[in-house]
Amino acid sequence: MKNAIDIQNLQKSYPNGNQALKDINLSVKKGEIFALLGPNGAGKSTLINIICGITKKNKGKINVFGLDIVKSYKEARSLIGMVPQEIATDSFEKVINTLKFSRGLFNRPSSGEYLESILKSLALYEKKDHQIRTLSGGMKRRVMIAKALSHEPRVLFLDEPTAGVDVHLRKELWKNLADLKKNGVTIFLTTHYIEEAEKIADRIGIINKGKLIVMDTKKELIEKLGKKTLIITLNSPLKVISRDFNDYNFELKGNKLKFFFDYGENKKSISKLLNDLIKKKIDFKNIEIEKTNLEEIFLNILEK
Amino acid sequence: MNYRGIYAIYKFEMARTFRTITQSIASPVLSTILYFIVFGSAIGSRIEDINGITYSSFIVPGLIMLTILNQSISNSSFGIYFPKFSGTIYEILSAPISPFEITFGYVFAAASKSVLVGLVILITSSFFIEIVIFHPFWMIILLVLISITFSLFGFIIGIWADDFQKIQLIPSFVITPLTFLGGSFYSINMLPDFWQKISYFNPIVYLISAFRWSFYDNADVSIFSSFFAIIFFLIICLVVITLIFNTGYKIKQ
Ligand SMILES: Nc1ncnc2c1ncn2[C@@H]1O[C@H](COP(=O)(O)OP(=O)(O)OP(=O)(O)O)[C@@H](O)[C@H]1O
Ligand SMILES: [Mg+2]
Repeated sequence: MKNAIDIQNLQKSYPNGNQALKDINLSVKKGEIFALLGPNGAGKSTLINIICGITKKNKGKINVFGLDIVKSYKEARSLIGMVPQEIATDSFEKVINTLKFSRGLFNRPSSGEYLESILKSLALYEKKDHQIRTLSGGMKRRVMIAKALSHEPRVLFLDEPTAGVDVHLRKELWKNLADLKKNGVTIFLTTHYIEEAEKIADRIGIINKGKLIVMDTKKELIEKLGKKTLIITLNSPLKVISRDFNDYNFELKGNKLKFFFDYGENKKSISKLLNDLIKKKIDFKNIEIEKTNLEEIFLNILEK
Repeated sequence: MNYRGIYAIYKFEMARTFRTITQSIASPVLSTILYFIVFGSAIGSRIEDINGITYSSFIVPGLIMLTILNQSISNSSFGIYFPKFSGTIYEILSAPISPFEITFGYVFAAASKSVLVGLVILITSSFFIEIVIFHPFWMIILLVLISITFSLFGFIIGIWADDFQKIQLIPSFVITPLTFLGGSFYSINMLPDFWQKISYFNPIVYLISAFRWSFYDNADVSIFSSFFAIIFFLIICLVVITLIFNTGYKIKQ
């Protein structure tokens, strides 16, 4: 068994008729960081909530480390830690007590040492005896992350973990996630920040209107869906160009000649192009390559 | 069984009780003292003994019942409703803990608090009158059993309620009137025949009667029918809660 999460034919309609998820199939490998990207209302939270037992599914099968989340819900859930999108804390509890509560709820014997180490890693140690209501919003979110880690889960779900967290702490959090990954924890997160997905995720899924549109490694996503533009600066402006170039997708403006390639068309066609240019004695003084980034890919996909 | 999970919920709820100690314990104590001053001393001194018991002594079991019923219901309904309201319920729903275990944690915490409040009222009363308890063992059993039953009832209300008003609805419009009419402050034998018969349909009559019996060894209705009524109500609550869990409960969508 090499997958941490396996989802088959998952469907969800809310009682009011909102169809939030339409036939989702998805696997997350053990030990990887998976990022789910998608616009507001795409169904990201619904998906996480169903896996974690907060919302019920209508159809489909979900396994976590091979355990069915309905039939073996106790075993499955004890492997899962989750941080929901909305901040919800027990305002009057002390930070350390709320962690103890979480650990107990997940049937783990108490371990002050472990809880303190989590607080330290999330820069909350100084706040350990403070009531949660006295913390800032970003700190509260970190308390929720600490709660999710308090029972030593093997897979961690984070629904927009960096919303409302400042730049410095966002970087810290990314480091925390990388450390967790090193310790073998699988991480499933949702985000609106493409930069975030690009920085930390091994694989990225894009969801829109309840459908998973693509799922791949970052590199493959760029290779499959990205575009390359070769910009050639000519020595002297041209008005027209030989018909031989009609096979290419290009644009000519004065001394700038732009060729557009899909990522799939590989290097061969670039070298062929350069050969063709030389054959036709078209002199150029500069070549630049522009690649589309993940953000453009994301926007392209959503427009379709 | 997730014993640690049950204990975590229990401890959390008890911590809430002690954090709001004034509201949780002091306020029932204060209202008991007020009842004593008004009904016990001021008015009670003009009322003749009931079945050989002075009026101030007579009302003690009823007073305790009045508080216990309301406390049990509000403790557990609020206990489960508040996490739904604040959103912290997510953690309980995502934890490896069964609905039955969740219920266990909340209901026993609510019942413990009620028993505690009941005992505090008893002690407070002892400053005003001399307390005699004829059947202390049964008194404790009844106190615990009734607290559990009504905490379970409150838990059902808390799951069902989707706003604060609904939590208040049943205690204010059903339980409090039935308790007042159920012989907290009088013996139903004092009522005209017709109203006596009507009173037998009030389930609270059986609770108060049994509880008073444990104090003074005399009851309005037979102690067996009282126990039967309590157990019957407990079973109904258990059945309802099982049905709620089996048919998908209101917390999850
Ligand atoms: N409790 C609910 N009842 C009815 N419809 C709901 C409920 N929760 C979510 N929805 C609907 O389901 C769809 C998916 O919502 P979801 O919260 O999963 O989106 P999301 O991808 O997490 O969005 P965001 O990025 O804004 O958090 C939306 O159309 C939303 O309106
Ligand atoms: Mg969301």
